[in-house]
Parts: sequence; structure tokens; C-alpha cells
Amino acid sequence: MENILNFISNNQQIIYIVILMIFVGIEVIGRVPSVLHTPLMSGANAIHGVVVIGAIIIMGKAETDNYLALILGFLAVVLGTINVVGGFVVTDRMLEMFKKKKAP
Amino acid sequence: MGEIEEALFMQSNILTLCYLIASVTFILGLKMLSNPASARKGNLLAAFGMSIAILGTIFLYTSETGEQLGNYPWIFGGLLIGGIVGTLAAKKVKMTAMPEMVSLFNGMGGACAALISIVEFNHLSKEIAEGAVSANAVQPTVLIIVLGLIIGSVSFAGSMIAWGKLNGKVKDLSFTGQNILNLLVLAITLAAGAYLVYDPTQHLLVYIILGLALVYGVFFVMPIGGADMPVVISLLNSFTGVAAACGGFLYNNKVMLTGGILVGAAGTLLTILMCKAMNRSLQNVLIGSFGGHKSAAGASGKDQSAYKEISLADAAMVMSYANKVMIVPGYGLAVAQAQHVCHELEKILEEKGVEVKYAIHPVAGRMPGHMNVLLAEADVSYEKLMEMEDANDEFKTCDVVLILGANDVVNPAAKNDPASPIYGMPILEVEQAKTVIVNKRSMKPGYAGIENDLFFQPKTSMLFGDAKKVLQDLCAEVKNSPS
Repeated sequence: MENILNFISNNQQIIYIVILMIFVGIEVIGRVPSVLHTPLMSGANAIHGVVVIGAIIIMGKAETDNYLALILGFLAVVLGTINVVGGFVVTDRMLEMFKKKKAP
Repeated sequence: MGEIEEALFMQSNILTLCYLIASVTFILGLKMLSNPASARKGNLLAAFGMSIAILGTIFLYTSETGEQLGNYPWIFGGLLIGGIVGTLAAKKVKMTAMPEMVSLFNGMGGACAALISIVEFNHLSKEIAEGAVSANAVQPTVLIIVLGLIIGSVSFAGSMIAWGKLNGKVKDLSFTGQNILNLLVLAITLAAGAYLVYDPTQHLLVYIILGLALVYGVFFVMPIGGADMPVVISLLNSFTGVAAACGGFLYNNKVMLTGGILVGAAGTLLTILMCKAMNRSLQNVLIGSFGGHKSAAGASGKDQSAYKEISLADAAMVMSYANKVMIVPGYGLAVAQAQHVCHELEKILEEKGVEVKYAIHPVAGRMPGHMNVLLAEADVSYEKLMEMEDANDEFKTCDVVLILGANDVVNPAAKNDPASPIYGMPILEVEQAKTVIVNKRSMKPGYAGIENDLFFQPKTSMLFGDAKKVLQDLCAEVKNSPS
């Protein structure tokens, strides 16, 4: 219990970020028209690909003789990058179609 | 302060700035994505921020002990392979298969989060074994690792099943007591996780938790019917966001935290919006699974001789003489890739002075907005796309409603039959129009697996065939018909 309390006060910044981001997340997409639901989901999907940064960090920190960490870390970087790159490209492809017809 | 320390200090300050910029682009990007005029720029902005964050991490990250990252060949190799695979997959995928693709990408992100947790845990348990840290002191860290592991794995396994279901490789599977079994698996997973937090020296437990979470992910999505897949994908999307945020906690990394929580929150809201569009609660979607009653509902099948067919020529005639035609696109249109020829028909009819509009059910196709994306691809103009409430007000003034491969979203049972599994879902009330023409490939029931009374009503006629073929023939017929 003491651990947990210490943890909270040591990480208050992070906890504040979490709480504020929850509100920002809800506020920001609150008024999205249903036409944009699919691209929005896809764009959000690309943004959570930010997890690839964690993969890069473990990969970069892995000792060169720790093959398990190297292989798992490598796999994580590949999968995370697919998430990011694929996500943004697919979203762009969807939105490209919308844009063309914006001209009256 | 020595020169080297100063350089490192500078470096980490620049990285902080990179993360700050990236976080702001994520928020702005999402904001711009919710407006049609700025959506594309928003996506590019977020992608730009992401690149800054990734490059910054590679070149500027320093650990608490002041070490730079190593293993550059591995990192760049991974980025290169992932980048190529991701780009090719995203470029090659057909517009109709978009929902599957999003689900697949989402699963990759979940798997990434789970792998991070495993590697970090192994690292930690080695430190505990060496006596570098005490088992008690790392409990909060283990808690975050376990959370990231469970959420990431469930998201990965669930997304894979959702992907399989959407492209028809995985069938719905449900049996009595499944909900109880699912809850049991979840409870055991959480208990195992809690035990690992309590005693972090049990290092093999981490693989057991991984296995259990994967099994739970499969069980979680397995019984949920295809009609509810959009909700599930959106939910799993927000799960992955939370898993990414766990990584942010782990490394005290603000950009992972911001991005992850942002998506977690936005994804949850999107999930709720989708449930609202179907007039169902999230709990109802997840536990009172749709697909579960499929066999029972299908078996009570009606006398199928009671529907009537219409010939192409007659259909073309009825439509060319109408004042107003409302087109209701569904998954059949998507599968047949018929959006372009559909637009063609719209133009031909308009030349003949017929007013043509599209009624878009929020969950038509396999994902909210799926139909809008497809029709946008075919250059159908925005003003012609009507959302459900507006369309329902207009059906009475329509002479013809042309239903293209939609089924459950026009099923009157959702309004009239409390025993129906889709009862309570808002539908397009097409039966208010004077004539209803339904294009389907066969009389087979739709995704929810239930009969549709609409097809047996006197004002409804059936026009069987592949949507694209039928529309091409209709175009030719309408062109030739006198006006």
C-alpha cells in the first residue's frame, strides 16, 4: 500500500497528464460527423502506434548477447512500425477520396 | 558540469521538445481528423509529429545512467521492414477490405505493447535475481508491465479474430455458458497478474499470463456477431491506446503517454457513439452476443416462396419514371466493388430528371462510415449522402428505394419483433416509400443471420444478382428506356 502511495506522489505529473488527456481525447472527437468515423478510427489507430517508441528503447538498450531481448525487441519494432506507417498511409488513402470532392 | 554531461543534458532537452511537438500534433491531428475539410492535413500532421518522435528517440534518447541507445542496425532494420510491409499492405488493400486492415494494424500495435512488457519483465527479473533491486520496490513497475501485457495481448488476439471474421475466415462460435467461461478466463488472467505483482520473483508466470490473455482475447471476440464487429474493433483500438500508455508509464515517456491515453479516451467515446447508433449498450454488444442466436432465428425460416422478383427492364422503367429514388447501399455493394457503377446509375437517372439520394445507415457495411468512404471514392457528392434520421423523414416522399446488398439495417423486425436479436436497433424505414427494389445475391439472411420480413412485403420486389453486374445492366436499360 505504501508502495502504491509513494508511486502516486512520485508520478503525479504523469497522472495529471493521464487525466487531462482523457478529457482532451473525449472533447476533441466529440463532434465528429459519422461520415468520418472510419478515417478517424484509422487515424487514432495510427497514433497509438506511438508504442513503437517503447520498442525502439528496449531494442536500443538490449545487451548484444541477450538474444531473447534482441529478437523480441526487433519483432516489436517491426510490428509497431507496421502499425504506424500502415495506419497513416491507409488513413491518407481514405481521406484522399474525400478531398477530391470538396470542390463545389 | 563536464562537457559530456552538458551535451547529454542538451540532448535530452531537445528530445523533450521533440516529444512536446509530437504530443501537440497528435491532439491537433485528431481534432482536424474530425472535420472533413481538414482531415487529410490532420492525418499528415500527426504522421509528421510521429516521425519527429521516432527519430528523436533513436538519436537523442539517453537512459538514466546517461547511455545512448545501441543496436542501430537492428532498429533501422526493424523500421525498414515494418515501413515497407506497412506501406505495401496499406497501398494494396482494396477499399472494401479497409476495416479488416485497420483491425490488423491495431493487432500489430497490441502485439508490440505485449512484447515490450515481456522484454521489460525479463530485464527486471534478472535485476531482482542479481539483487540489484528488491522485489518489493519494483511492484508498481510490475503492475504496469502486467497491465500492458494483458491489454496488449487481448487487443492482439481479439483483433486477429475480428480480422478473420471480417474477411470470412473465422466463423462465429458460441455455446451455452460461454459468457461464464469468458469471465472465468478473465478472472484467472487477472488473478495471475495480481499474483505476479505480489511476488515478482515468479518469472515464469509472465508467460502463463501471456497465454491466458491471448486465450481471453480469442474468446472475447469469438461469439460476437459480424454486425457488431465495428464496435469491437473500435474498443480494441482504445485498448491498444491504453497498452501504449502503459509503455509511457514504464519509461516515463510523455509522448507515449499522451498518444496512448488520447486514443484510449477517443476510442472509448467512438465505441459508445457507435453503440448509440445501434441503440444498444456496450454491455449488450459484448455479453448478449448477436451471433449466438443465429441458428435458432434462422431455423424459424419463413415460407420463402412468398417473395416476388422483378425483371431488369421493369426495374429500369420504374426508376426512370420516378421523381425521387433513394439508394440504400450495404455490404453487398462493397463486396461487388459496385460503387463506381452505382454513381454511374445516379448520373444517368439525374439526366432523366430523377432526383437521386443515398440513405446511409451508420453501421452499413462493416464499419461506421464505410459506405461514405466507398461512395466518396466513386465521386458521389456529399450533399447526396443522407444520414439515417434525415433519410427516414424522406422515405415517404420517395417513389423508389433501391437497396443494394443491405439487409439487417432495413429489417423491420428491429422495430416490430421484440423477440428478434436485432430488436431496438434503429433502421432505415424503407417500407414508407412507394416501391422497394432489393438487390441481393440470394435469399440468404444477412450478417446477423435472421430473416427479413421486408423481402416478403407486397411493395417489395427482388432483383437477384451481383450488385455490380445488376447495376451495369440497369444503367444500360435506363439509358435505353424512353423518357
